[in-house]
Amino acid sequence: MFEKILTKGIDIPKSRDIEYYRKQGGYKSFEKVLKSMEPDAVIAEVRNANLRGRGGAGFPAGVKWGFIPKNSGKPHYLLCNADESEPGTFKDRLLMTGNPHLVLEGNMIAAYAIRSNVAYIYIRGEFVEEARILEEAISQAYEKGYLGKNILGSGYNLDMYVHRGAGAYICGEETGLIESLEGKRGWPRIKPPFPAVAGVWQSPTIVNNVETLACVPSIIEKGSEWFKAIGPEKSPGPKLYCLSGHLEKTGVHELPMGLNLKELIYEYGGGIRNGKKLKAVIPGGSSVPVLTAEEIDVAMDFDSLAQVGTMLGSAGVIVMDEDTCMVDALLNMTHFYRHESCGQCTPCREGTNWAERLLRKIEHGQATMKDIDLLEELAGHINFRTICPLGDAAAMPIASFLQKFRPEFEEHVKQGKCPLNSNL
Amino acid sequence: MSVKFSEAALKEYKMITGRYPQMRAALIPVLHLAQKEFGWISRDVVRYLSELMQIPATEILDTASFYTMFKLKPSGKYHIQLCSTISCALRGSRQIYEHLAKKYNIEDGGVTEDGRFSLLKVECLGSCGTAPVVQINDDYYEDMSVEKLDKILDELK
Repeated sequence: MFEKILTKGIDIPKSRDIEYYRKQGGYKSFEKVLKSMEPDAVIAEVRNANLRGRGGAGFPAGVKWGFIPKNSGKPHYLLCNADESEPGTFKDRLLMTGNPHLVLEGNMIAAYAIRSNVAYIYIRGEFVEEARILEEAISQAYEKGYLGKNILGSGYNLDMYVHRGAGAYICGEETGLIESLEGKRGWPRIKPPFPAVAGVWQSPTIVNNVETLACVPSIIEKGSEWFKAIGPEKSPGPKLYCLSGHLEKTGVHELPMGLNLKELIYEYGGGIRNGKKLKAVIPGGSSVPVLTAEEIDVAMDFDSLAQVGTMLGSAGVIVMDEDTCMVDALLNMTHFYRHESCGQCTPCREGTNWAERLLRKIEHGQATMKDIDLLEELAGHINFRTICPLGDAAAMPIASFLQKFRPEFEEHVKQGKCPLNSNL
Repeated sequence: MSVKFSEAALKEYKMITGRYPQMRAALIPVLHLAQKEFGWISRDVVRYLSELMQIPATEILDTASFYTMFKLKPSGKYHIQLCSTISCALRGSRQIYEHLAKKYNIEDGGVTEDGRFSLLKVECLGSCGTAPVVQINDDYYEDMSVEKLDKILDELK
């Protein structure tokens, strides 16, 4: 039986309180690293745990931390990415509101490991209440001596601040986040140099997702071998799955990585609402390729989903029933990427705009068959041709929707209208 | 019109700028503060912040205009942000939009004549499990329906 690690006791009202958190054994891991572990030993432990980034890319956190140069002579910075904006994703919000001290403790351990004395939690601007909760937790941590100068007599100093964004999906991309933190437009940077070498203020910087950092205290407490025994060997650990769309029961579930998607939808999500049939599932936030109802017998982990041509992404599972118009759904998503494109790269800025117009034509029955081919070709010209992955994120859904639901697009052209009279 | 932070806002301003090694990094938090203080980011506010922070006004506008939360024109007393992205759309956000547009006789981005309400369709608010979701000023209202939202809006003072 899997015991919850990240969301344990999260529905108790006092779960936000530092005293309650400490009674549950909280901050013991941070105390442990301060007293008995060198920063490099912390990095080695997290690397051995094979904790893969929960923001979407799945890059091993310990390996990332290891990229911090030894003697740069510059201050190091930890940035916690709490910009949660990928459509279908709402897990970090739950952690920040229900278990803020776990998020903080993960930040503290990571900051110690990368020899950083300042950590910023970059939270999306709309999360006003969540930012307030984190600030309250930070002030409690200062009061109890877990933040500030000479923490618990260790000689280690750490300051932590909440930094609110102001409404821009692109700031979830790590170099966009860095530019935004610097007070500018969230325009992603060309890599290299990678943030670990030249990040915020050109200093060595690590950017980690909230859920990734929240996994760290338990790795320190129970060891990397314990962590690796949860879920599949190559993508171990607990995972927060977000269920949204046409389900009986939507919400976040903490379960081992590698859970079967079908089980997730029918057992935990209660199946499709109103007794409808399943049509399609986007398993990892709106950026990843779609799966048909026949393709959902698959494990929810980075490698298994890659094998069936999609991605775990942020584990934002978006479920669509039989009445959903796939053209209209894709139009909605493409509108999102057009709106959120930062405008730097021509293929993304112009391509998403053009794709949205083509999709609107198709949805409203004003397109020709050639427009469908054009849309497909266009997506191919956006993919892999931009500074950051937003272009890919816009192109991948287009390619996969056309590949798997093309007859539905053609039907719009033939009938000269939307066969389902959709209005998303 | 002369624009100036109150004593309390100035105190907060100093606290904010103390968190960063460079003044420019404080710009977005300070814009939030200014918007709370003045309601929206007018050109006078931009000029005031430019003077205060020693950042060129054009650069402040360049940054402010990139982010959807900064209001470069006045909004209503109650600023209604309606999430319109896929998970909310699958659960009826369009119907809510059409209802609000008709009820208040405004379009996306508009403000009612009496200045009480403004309506803005926004992208994913990160609350997809309780869709559709609406943000009124700072607060989220989740699992919305036309009826539930009407009740909330009608009870606002």
